[in-house]
Amino acid sequence: MSVVEAVPARAGAGASRPSPRRRTRRGLLPALNVVSALAGIALWWWASRGSATVPAPAEVLTRAGELIADGTLGDDVLASLRRVVLGFGLGCLLAVPVGFLMGWYPVARGLIEPWVQFFRTIPPLALIPLAIVLMGIGETPKTFVIFLAAFLVCVVSTFQGVVGVDRTLINAARVLGAGDLTIFLRVVVPASSPFILVGMRVGLGSSWATLVAAELIAAQEGLGYRMQSAQLYYDLPTIFVGLITIGVLGLLMDRALLLVERRLTAWQERRA
Amino acid sequence: MIAMKNVHKTFALRDGEFTALGDVSLDIAENEFVTVVGPSGCGKSTLLNILAGLETPTDGQALVNGRPITGPGPDRGVIFQQFALFPWLTVRKNVEFGLRTAGMPRKRRQARAQEAIDLVGLTRFADALPKTLSGGMKQRCAIARAYAVDPEILLMDEPFGALDALTRVRMQEQLLDTWSRERRTVLFITHDVDEAVFLANRVVVMAAGPGRIVESVEIDLPHPRTEEVRLSPEFAALRNRVWTAVYHQE
Repeated sequence: MSVVEAVPARAGAGASRPSPRRRTRRGLLPALNVVSALAGIALWWWASRGSATVPAPAEVLTRAGELIADGTLGDDVLASLRRVVLGFGLGCLLAVPVGFLMGWYPVARGLIEPWVQFFRTIPPLALIPLAIVLMGIGETPKTFVIFLAAFLVCVVSTFQGVVGVDRTLINAARVLGAGDLTIFLRVVVPASSPFILVGMRVGLGSSWATLVAAELIAAQEGLGYRMQSAQLYYDLPTIFVGLITIGVLGLLMDRALLLVERRLTAWQERRA
Repeated sequence: MIAMKNVHKTFALRDGEFTALGDVSLDIAENEFVTVVGPSGCGKSTLLNILAGLETPTDGQALVNGRPITGPGPDRGVIFQQFALFPWLTVRKNVEFGLRTAGMPRKRRQARAQEAIDLVGLTRFADALPKTLSGGMKQRCAIARAYAVDPEILLMDEPFGALDALTRVRMQEQLLDTWSRERRTVLFITHDVDEAVFLANRVVVMAAGPGRIVESVEIDLPHPRTEEVRLSPEFAALRNRVWTAVYHQE
């Protein structure tokens, strides 16, 4: 409230300062975020009071403390992160060159695109039974489905990025004496980097979703496994701890990638 | 210096083909400033792209210094209407781009780029990204990038088309000023009759369907071309002549 009231006072402060409306908004958004989060927790607390099954926030917090103290939560987080980092890393590593090949050479596009489009229609989770039969119950099938989830998203956006590179920029490079390799490295790669980074962000989201589901089905440790076994004992606080940890980690990873994206593509003309 | 002999250019379309240029012959002498003016679809950009080496003629010959054009070359600098700056590079790095591909050592490259940047008056913005520049500054950066490689020929494809009227006049004066000092051969495409007459030694008028040259008008106005020249009756007479050739085509 006070933020809004302060607007007229600030507007008179001087013309050289940034627009007061804009600054108000900048401070207002995080404030609203915090208010919304607190309201959510209050609602949860209120709902748990009248319910025998839903654990109260305090109860979940205590359980989180126990799980951290005996090292279970740390081990589960590490196991899950290891899988996602490996699968997502490999997926992006392969997706970028394959996406470039598809965008640059029509022959490669014709050969690869049907497979990409076909596998995109199958949820990676649907491949878990097959992966387990073929690769055993170790780490490989889980890493594989995560890899596939990241790869499929990232390859499509890389391809789109390469296809969309402004023809004029390529011509400008050519008349400045650039050969195919130079054009590729110094024009096509930077010009499509915003697409690649968006693909990586979406890919990370879908890797994370796939990971947790994969662990629900077959794992001996990890956040998904922990929730699965808690379900057997009707251990709701542990399930809540698992869910919140998954959410927070996913959010942190996305923010980290967003930060990288902002830094690498600061040259773009943005509307906001 | 530049010679086009009976150049034809057709593009394959989904149904049949489109003749962009039907039998175009054009000679441009060293140090000449030629403007090409015509309605849209008359093939003036195709003509420039052929000389730039970005397109090949379907039939006929395009020569630079007596040699057939096989692709882009450092002897020809091109300036595009859409500026075509690399948005992820600063002004300085944009200007250095052509020097890097030519393999010029770092020290010389930096010195040469600085000269070109100073020439177009972007000294203060050398380390700015294109997104922070105005339209006129972007185009000056593109001009510096072309100058840096020191081409004998400048090919300019409606370079001032996207600028406001006032910036446009300033850019025209600056361009003539640099041209009178450096005396490069210039082929300048425009759809603006005033601009064509003001800049040129010779105006080439094109018509559409198929693209062809219908008239060539010598512009014997004195240099330097000042505001006085722009307002003189001689200028008006030449402009009327070109105007008629452009807008009253059969």
